[in-house]
Amino acid sequence: MTLTEERGHTHGYAELPRLMGLMTGDEKHGPAATSTLDALWVLYDRVLRVTPERPADPGRDRFLLSKGHGPMAYYAVLAAKGFVPAQWLPGFGSYDSPLGHHPDRVLVPGVEIGSGSLGHGLPIAVGVALGLRAQGLHEPRVWVLVGDAELDEGSNHEAIAFAGPAGLERLHTVVIDNSSATHARPGGITARFEAAGWSTVTVDGRDHEALYAAFTTAHPGRPHAVVARVEPKSA
Amino acid sequence: METMRDRFAPVVSRLLDEDPRVAVVLAEIGRDGFTEAQRRHPDRVVNVGIREQLLVGAGAGLALTGLRPVLHTFASFLVERPFEQVKLDLGHQDVGAVLVSAAASLDWPAGGYTHMAPGDVALLDTLDGWTVHVPGHPDEAEALLRHAVAAGDDKVYVRLSVRSNRRSHPVDGAGFRTVREGRSGVVVAVGPVLDDVLDAVAGLDVTVLYATTVRPFDAGALRRATESAGTDVVLVEPYLAGTSTAAANDALADVPHRVLALGVGRRELRRYGDVGEHVAAHGLDARSLRERIGGFVGEREKAGAMAARS
Repeated sequence: MTLTEERGHTHGYAELPRLMGLMTGDEKHGPAATSTLDALWVLYDRVLRVTPERPADPGRDRFLLSKGHGPMAYYAVLAAKGFVPAQWLPGFGSYDSPLGHHPDRVLVPGVEIGSGSLGHGLPIAVGVALGLRAQGLHEPRVWVLVGDAELDEGSNHEAIAFAGPAGLERLHTVVIDNSSATHARPGGITARFEAAGWSTVTVDGRDHEALYAAFTTAHPGRPHAVVARVEPKSA
Repeated sequence: METMRDRFAPVVSRLLDEDPRVAVVLAEIGRDGFTEAQRRHPDRVVNVGIREQLLVGAGAGLALTGLRPVLHTFASFLVERPFEQVKLDLGHQDVGAVLVSAAASLDWPAGGYTHMAPGDVALLDTLDGWTVHVPGHPDEAEALLRHAVAAGDDKVYVRLSVRSNRRSHPVDGAGFRTVREGRSGVVVAVGPVLDDVLDAVAGLDVTVLYATTVRPFDAGALRRATESAGTDVVLVEPYLAGTSTAAANDALADVPHRVLALGVGRRELRRYGDVGEHVAAHGLDARSLRERIGGFVGEREKAGAMAARS
């Protein structure tokens, strides 16, 4: 059976818990496992212009999952949207499965980067945005998802500080803020992006309409950061 | 005298003109050489500021979109500081780039240990699939830079140095070159150490192989050389001593052999001064090399003579 045949039909938001359950063995998931779920769903369902039929289209939007830990929600969304067959999900983390506990772009259709070590996605996304611009591809948008504690890594700040002054308007970051950073100040995340000239908006990371509005806010001449606040990891 | 690095910006600027895939990423160091190229190709010459993790990460991102990135700074800030980016953003992402370093192991001794990277090639040896060029002359540097950029999506490291041999040799971006043949040992001279090696072995009956591409290691050339020169092998490398010992041993795994590994020592000298003083301090000047190589191949000759008498 080919990949295309296996993919079969796509699934809706209501089926995501079942798809995640194929990996975790339980359809009930705590906030940590689903912290990224709603942002990912809104992106793949309504924002990103990328399809499983044309995963290598030069004009596609790029989504880079930088926070590679806990990728069940990501795989569930990729399965729901037909990038990977749902039949792959039960093998999660096993030797013969392409679906590891951190995603690998070489193994998983639709995955733009391998991640796991924190702080790599945003610098790579800067390069992707530069590379698309250099080739006259001005339409594709580049999205990168990071966690609030991931922003501890200094490499992010090299990217944030460069992208604003460089005017990388096609670059977008969604920060899933589940208050998991040990050392943080209220408002610190948006302040950091704004100080570098980014457009920012903070929203309820469970509210699909608010996420959609934040993701599609105009930000001419500047990169855009969406801070999606969800339940605290420690709660 | 013109250095390898003097060639770097002009050569890569021409490649930017010729090939729309080529892009250059800098982290301040070396930017002046690209002023004109940046004017002509503002989207393909990017200076990210003093941000070496971003230098490599952004280079990988460029490669993911299909470009051929050339990344440049001092070796210590290109390979050592952002090593995880080299490992993951290039290797694990399965994309290529050309990394061009300057300052090498000890090009600026007055700058001290912070600007020395004798371990760069050894570090890259922990990773899969890297081609490593170590030119010994500006002409060779130019040729190898062109090879590197033209090498598809390969991961290529080009190690430029202010140390240079008096004249250049033809380089093919792949194999070792026989510059001298003898019968009592094989000396592999890497890049800029060649002149000192040739001075050192004057009067010794040894074969000298000249290596400007050290990874992949040209095992075939070493094996062929040992067929007539015997299996006493001396490696003289302008970076950490012993970096290629394992490669030489692997090349000769099925024959009894000896390897003497000469190169830059691990110990931090905590001295300033000039290149010549540091080359001598690491025992890599012609006189020291003569003693060490002569002693090594001479032991075998003495042992042979004793065996013949008994």
